[in-house]
Amino acid sequence: MANHHAVIEKNIGLMIVLILVAVSFGGLAEIVPLFWQKATTEPISTLRPYSALEMAGRDVYIREGCHVCHTQMVRPLRAETERFGDYTVAGEDVWEHPFLWGSKRTGPDLDRVGLRPITEQWHREHLRDPRALVPESNMPAYPWLQHATVDWSTMARTLTVFQRHFGVPYSDQDIEEQMAKVNGEWADATEEDALVAYLLSLGQARREQRQ
Amino acid sequence: MPTLYYYVPVQAQRPIYSYRLSIVHFWALIAVYMWAGPHHLHYSSLPDWAQSVGMVFSIVLLAPSWGGMINGVMTLSGAWHKLRTDPIIRFLIVALSFYGMSTFEGPMMSIKTVNALSHNTDWTIGHVHSGALGWVAMITFGAVYVMTPRLFDRRRMFSVGWINVHFWLSTIGTVLYIAAMWVSGIMQGLMWRAVNDDGTLTYNFIQELSERQPFYIVRLLGGVIFLAGTLLMAVNVWRTVRGDRDDNGDLNVLREAA
Repeated sequence: MANHHAVIEKNIGLMIVLILVAVSFGGLAEIVPLFWQKATTEPISTLRPYSALEMAGRDVYIREGCHVCHTQMVRPLRAETERFGDYTVAGEDVWEHPFLWGSKRTGPDLDRVGLRPITEQWHREHLRDPRALVPESNMPAYPWLQHATVDWSTMARTLTVFQRHFGVPYSDQDIEEQMAKVNGEWADATEEDALVAYLLSLGQARREQRQ
Repeated sequence: MPTLYYYVPVQAQRPIYSYRLSIVHFWALIAVYMWAGPHHLHYSSLPDWAQSVGMVFSIVLLAPSWGGMINGVMTLSGAWHKLRTDPIIRFLIVALSFYGMSTFEGPMMSIKTVNALSHNTDWTIGHVHSGALGWVAMITFGAVYVMTPRLFDRRRMFSVGWINVHFWLSTIGTVLYIAAMWVSGIMQGLMWRAVNDDGTLTYNFIQELSERQPFYIVRLLGGVIFLAGTLLMAVNVWRTVRGDRDDNGDLNVLREAA
């Protein structure tokens, strides 16, 4: 056996090919079927694309690394649905690029945070100084978000990319309407406005689907 | 893995225990690991069949991983006494022990019922650090200590005593770190799922968070101890490269003529 294997060891091109063959089985068997499995490709009926403001808030969420400490994936376990709300289904996330499921709960799951009985003002104060509202919290404060204006320069491009490449059903008219707001009422929106709008949107589609 | 297969035989001055086993180890890891990915997504909205396949292959992974660990450790056959005198061997063998431990822990955590408790908690953090600090970093430290004198034509590292100190700092730092994360993680899992007789949750999230603080302090302490060891290594390497007399006061050169 060792002698035969020496052929592979002395021919790096052959070895690369064989490695690619070895790794491809697992990848193909586990990933490819998902492209055609309805549960992972069909959005739930109540899902709607993000508004430009929510999309900007999502960008802030990613930039500040919120997904490092907060998951957006309620597992179908009794204690989790009791604590956070309805478990997450794949159809909620088919337009998520990248998805923000996360894998560590330093803080609580946020997939249903938009449904909690807390106000927009609570979110603002909590982002500025978490310990003013929750003394035991270890979350960093994000006071600069209230002063930073959203950088809208790439939003038209972002929406177009989501429309054309990620299959998110924005119509051209939707994008025009969103950009009209960007240039109008949201022109001076702060990053805090955007982030709070995004947070409040989380879980809404699933709530509507369940009604 | 190549660090193990190269440096353990070099430092032990023994051939690898089984060349054939190393080939099996290599191809088994390459072929099986790709199937194991879904163990990160248990109970997520990934379809169940993919989660189950991922779990099965994660458990299968125990065999090649332990084969590799045994291959490395058994290479010391006939040279076990070197563990007493050579702190570099100690680094390599303890790294292999951590590899064996975390590749046992991994398949166990990939079992869905275990994962229901461990996922999203500090237990995962502890698991990856027994791999990152205990296995990857320590086998690398061992390799650095083997390689540095050879690269720069030195007889040995500037201070063998310092290597020993570094070994203990790394080991103690890693153990403090991962033990703190185990306790904290299992506590999180248990507190999150605890329910009262009437079906309501026993603890709110912030009650659980407050309980984590002592473990985060132990984790910090472990990390600082571990980092201190790497700084000691940096100085040791620097003084070796620079060609200082070693800590016995002898010239640290490979060839007298140099």
